[in-house]
Amino acid sequence: MIIAEWKPISEIVEKLKGHKKVLVAGCATCVAECAAGGEREVETLAPLLRMAMEKEGNSIEVVTATLERQCEPEFVEPLAAKLIGVDAVVSLACGIGIQCLAEIFEDTPVYPGVNTTSLAIREEPGVWGVRCEACGACVLGETFGLCPVARCAKSLMNGPCGGTRENGACEVNAEVPCIWLKIFERAQARGKVDELLRFQGTKNWSNSRHGGQKRVVREDLRT
Amino acid sequence: MNRKAGSRLEKVLASGRFAVTAEIGPPRGPNADVIVEKAKILKGVADAYNITDNQTAVVRMSSIAASRILLDQGLEPLMQMVCRDRNRIAMQSDLLGASALGLKNILCLSGDHQKASAGGKLKGHPGAKNVFDIDSIQLISVVRGMRDEAVQDSGDSIDAPTPFFIGAAWTPLAPPREFRVHRLAKKVAAGADFIQTQAIYDVAAFAEAMARAVDMGLTEKTAILGGIILPRSAGMLKYMNRSVPGVVVPDAMIQRMEKSKDPAKEGRQIFLELIEGVRAIPGIKGVHLQAIEAEHLLPDLIRDAGLLPRPAVD
Ligand code: SF4
Ligand code: SF4
Repeated sequence: MIIAEWKPISEIVEKLKGHKKVLVAGCATCVAECAAGGEREVETLAPLLRMAMEKEGNSIEVVTATLERQCEPEFVEPLAAKLIGVDAVVSLACGIGIQCLAEIFEDTPVYPGVNTTSLAIREEPGVWGVRCEACGACVLGETFGLCPVARCAKSLMNGPCGGTRENGACEVNAEVPCIWLKIFERAQARGKVDELLRFQGTKNWSNSRHGGQKRVVREDLRT
Repeated sequence: MNRKAGSRLEKVLASGRFAVTAEIGPPRGPNADVIVEKAKILKGVADAYNITDNQTAVVRMSSIAASRILLDQGLEPLMQMVCRDRNRIAMQSDLLGASALGLKNILCLSGDHQKASAGGKLKGHPGAKNVFDIDSIQLISVVRGMRDEAVQDSGDSIDAPTPFFIGAAWTPLAPPREFRVHRLAKKVAAGADFIQTQAIYDVAAFAEAMARAVDMGLTEKTAILGGIILPRSAGMLKYMNRSVPGVVVPDAMIQRMEKSKDPAKEGRQIFLELIEGVRAIPGIKGVHLQAIEAEHLLPDLIRDAGLLPRPAVD
């Protein structure tokens, strides 16, 4: 799922200065799963924002809405009714959801209430770990299902670097395993270490953001 | 004899003589005199001098510039290049420039992550964007293509080949230990002419790793130089054992330093013993010696190790 994290309230307050009625918009999909922008977080943030603005001497009215999916126009459009009188939106959706809102309601400023950080999985309650970076040329087939692009701090294609710690953690982040150690262990368990001896040449990054603004066109689906 | 790069280091190794390399960290400023001073102290004690590339992710004078300054002093630089800060376009461009400036040795490294910031002693630039477009083994292969085929990574040609003697690092004792020799083999297959190892304190464990490298025929294809860092205190050894991945310091050595009334002298003695121990391991072709923040101690140590004078090469 897409992971987002709350921005400091002070940063949002700064943006809301001069506004009178604000909609805090959540999304019930990824950001709800990672407890950053679902209904619960929206209803928690709304009164906090109201109080913080009050303290600034800038009272605002705060209304809330949590959409099924903030990244799809058909879910966003019905929000129009709620936007009457609203002069700013704080969105707790991922960067995609925030922009979807901003595109549909062009005249209303939409501010991010979260920082979108990663494509991750819930590893245990309250802990999420990155799994993918949308690199555009998936190598999971060569790395026994473990992503070296997102999970190795140096995105090595021929790892591991010399930094694997004695306890198996990565030298850059002691909280996460050296993914290349994990890749080796999986290869070993399957009796396929020889596959890791193959040199992986320089990677083609051009099917991701490095190739310019990404746009996917499927002629068969166009109308 | 046909040489790949014609560097002094290459010639010493090719002639079968035991090689010595040392390290010079470029200054955190634009002052060339810092390198000139170090060059005066270290001239003649090693066959080549590693010039680090913003090691521990701290901004320093570029390794290309510092290497050229060293060359002008009559010492042979071994330019380090890390994959953290430059993409393949910038790296190949810098390789052309380095070659044009007369640099002939390169050490290909992945590089410390920008979070390293000198182990937290400096602010560094943890907010920087890293590159890691290619990794160290791919870099070896790119440099080899430029040297042997005069082609860039893309296959486009360059006017003339860039004669580099290509080096890489090896951390034989980091987990997964049984894979480390295979990764060394990958580096050798990609084109590593020589190898400098992570600091060795456990000679027996290193000898085991070397035995595997010998069995696999790797020491026939590449010249392995054992890395040795001068122990300066028991605290330093404990820190390295605990915090530097791949560095294993035997308890007995730490205790020996702890018990010593003159740890500085004891450290020098251990250093000499390590050189002797590593030198005796089958397949070893030289040593890479470091005295961190105490480079001035190296000339006497290298002399005491019986490694002076350095051989003359044509
Ligand atoms: S290799 Fe690329 S596409 Fe595949 S999981 Fe990793 S980042 Fe995602
Ligand atoms: S320790 Fe492992 S995960 Fe961390 S940077 Fe090195 S290879 Fe990558």
